[in-house]
Amino acid sequence: MASITTEEESKLLIVLPGDQLPESGLMEDSSAAHRLTLGPGLAPMDDDSITAVKAGILKHNAVGNRWWVESNQRRYVAAQGESIIGVVTGKSVEHYKVDIGASQPALLGVLAFEGATKRNKPNHNIGDLLYCRVSMANKDMEAELECMNPTTGKADGFGELKGGFVIKISLGLARRLLDPKNLVLRLLGQHIPFEMAVGTNGKVWVNSANAQHTILICNAIRNSEYLNSAECSAMVKSLVEKM
Amino acid sequence: MRDADPSTNEREFLLAALKDGARIDGRKFYDFRTLRLTFGAEYGAVEVQLGNTRVLAKVSCEVIRPYTDKPTEGFLMFNTELSPMASAAFEVGRQTDEEVLVSRLIEKAMRRSRALDTEGLCIVAGEKVWSIRVDIHFLDHDGNLVDAACIAAITALLHFRRPDVTVVGEDVTIHTLEQRNPVPLSIHHIPICTTFAFFNNGERMIVDPSFLEEQVKEGDMTVTLNVHKEVCALSKAGGIPMEIDQILQCTKIAVVKVAEITAQIQAALEADAKKR
Repeated sequence: MASITTEEESKLLIVLPGDQLPESGLMEDSSAAHRLTLGPGLAPMDDDSITAVKAGILKHNAVGNRWWVESNQRRYVAAQGESIIGVVTGKSVEHYKVDIGASQPALLGVLAFEGATKRNKPNHNIGDLLYCRVSMANKDMEAELECMNPTTGKADGFGELKGGFVIKISLGLARRLLDPKNLVLRLLGQHIPFEMAVGTNGKVWVNSANAQHTILICNAIRNSEYLNSAECSAMVKSLVEKM
Repeated sequence: MRDADPSTNEREFLLAALKDGARIDGRKFYDFRTLRLTFGAEYGAVEVQLGNTRVLAKVSCEVIRPYTDKPTEGFLMFNTELSPMASAAFEVGRQTDEEVLVSRLIEKAMRRSRALDTEGLCIVAGEKVWSIRVDIHFLDHDGNLVDAACIAAITALLHFRRPDVTVVGEDVTIHTLEQRNPVPLSIHHIPICTTFAFFNNGERMIVDPSFLEEQVKEGDMTVTLNVHKEVCALSKAGGIPMEIDQILQCTKIAVVKVAEITAQIQAALEADAKKR
C-alpha cells in the first residue's frame, strides 16, 4: 500500500465482518442523532446494534449522517440504482435475460427502453452488450434492469454499446474509475481520445479510433489497480511511449 | 452454471485486433504470459502462475506392493481437480470434457513419455515399490490450463524428495526426513507443453491463449517437447484441419518456448535449493 500520512491514518478506520460499531466507539458522535443511513457493508442487528458485514474502510458523510464500508470484491451483487454493463444471453416475449456477472442472470423488460411501445420496440440479439440501470434488486430474486431514466423516461446514455471492447475488473477499481478525478483516465485522455462506460458490476467498455489504442487503455486500467499516483503516471507514460 | 459466451463486441474486437496484428492483452503472437513459480515449505509443493491462471501441484509418496507382472515398476499417478474455485463453470463431482482432456494430456505428456524413471522407484522387487502421486489443483482459470498444469507437475516432481531407504536382507528401513537427507526422484527429461490456438481459418496462430481467446478460437493444438527437441506428445482434439507445414512451424516455435521455460524452471529450482 502507498505510504499513509499520520493525518490520514487517524481517519482510516478498518472494520471486519462482525465488528459491532457503536460499541467500538467508532460511531459515537452519530449515535445521539435520530436518523442514521446505512450504506453497503453495514447491517442492523436484532438488538438495534449495527454490525459490519464486509471487510473494508469505514466511511462517513455528515450530510444525512451516512455510514458505509468501502470494500473490494470481484463478484457482483446487484443493488438498486447502479449502472451496469450486461450481455444478452436469452430472449423471450416479455424479457431479455442479461448476464451481469452476478450469481443469477438479470431480467430486462422489452419495453424498458426509451419510447418503447408494444408495436415499436428495440430488437437486441444474443451477445449484444447493454449499458443499463438496476431498477429492482431484492435478495434471492433475479435483479431487474431498465435502459432508461425512470423519472424522465429518456435513454440518458443507457442502451446498446456498439463496437469497442470489454474488460472485467474488481468492483473496487470500477467504483474508483467513476471518480471524475481518476488519475489513470485523465492521463490516458491527454494522449488518446476514447469513450468508455463503467459498470459498477466490474465491466468496463472502452472504444477508441483503433484496436491498438483500445488494448492500451484496457491494459492501463487493469494495471492501475495497485499503483500510487507516481507509479501510475510512469506506467501510462511507458505504455504511450511504446505505442 | 455454464460459462457465459463472450459478447459479440468482444468476439469481433478480438478477431479484428488479431487481423491487425495485436492481441487483446498487448502480447505478441508467440509470447507466453509471465510465468511465476512459487515453492511451498515442503518438498514437492509448487504454485504456478501463468498470467492470471494459477495451478498448484503437490507431490506425495507411499510404499505399496507392485503388480505381479511388473515387479520392479513403481507407480506414478496424476490427480487433476477442476474445482469451482477456478471458475464458476466447473462443478464438483461432474467431469467436463475439458477436465478429461486436461488430465489425459498431462498423463500423456508425463507418464507415457517416461519422464520419471519408474524402475528407480523399486525398493524390493515384487514386494515394495514407491507410488508417487501428483495432485494438481486449479486455483484460477484464465485460459491455457494444460500448459500451466504441465509446468506445475514437472516442477513439483523435480522439487520433490522422497525419504531415503536402506534394505538389509529382507528388512526395509524408511528413514524420516530428520534422520537422513531425502533423495530426489530420477527424472529423465523435462517435458513442457505449448498450446497453440488458431483463428481466421488457421491463418493466424497464437501461443498460450487466454480465456477469452480460448472461447473464440477455431481450433487448438498442444505440442509437448523437451529441451532435447524430442516430441513427447502432440494433441489436437477437434477444431479446424491443418497443413503439415503448419504443424512443423508450431513445433519449431515450441522448441524456443520450451528452452525458455526449462531454463526458468531450473533457475527457480536452484534459487530455492540455495534457500533451504
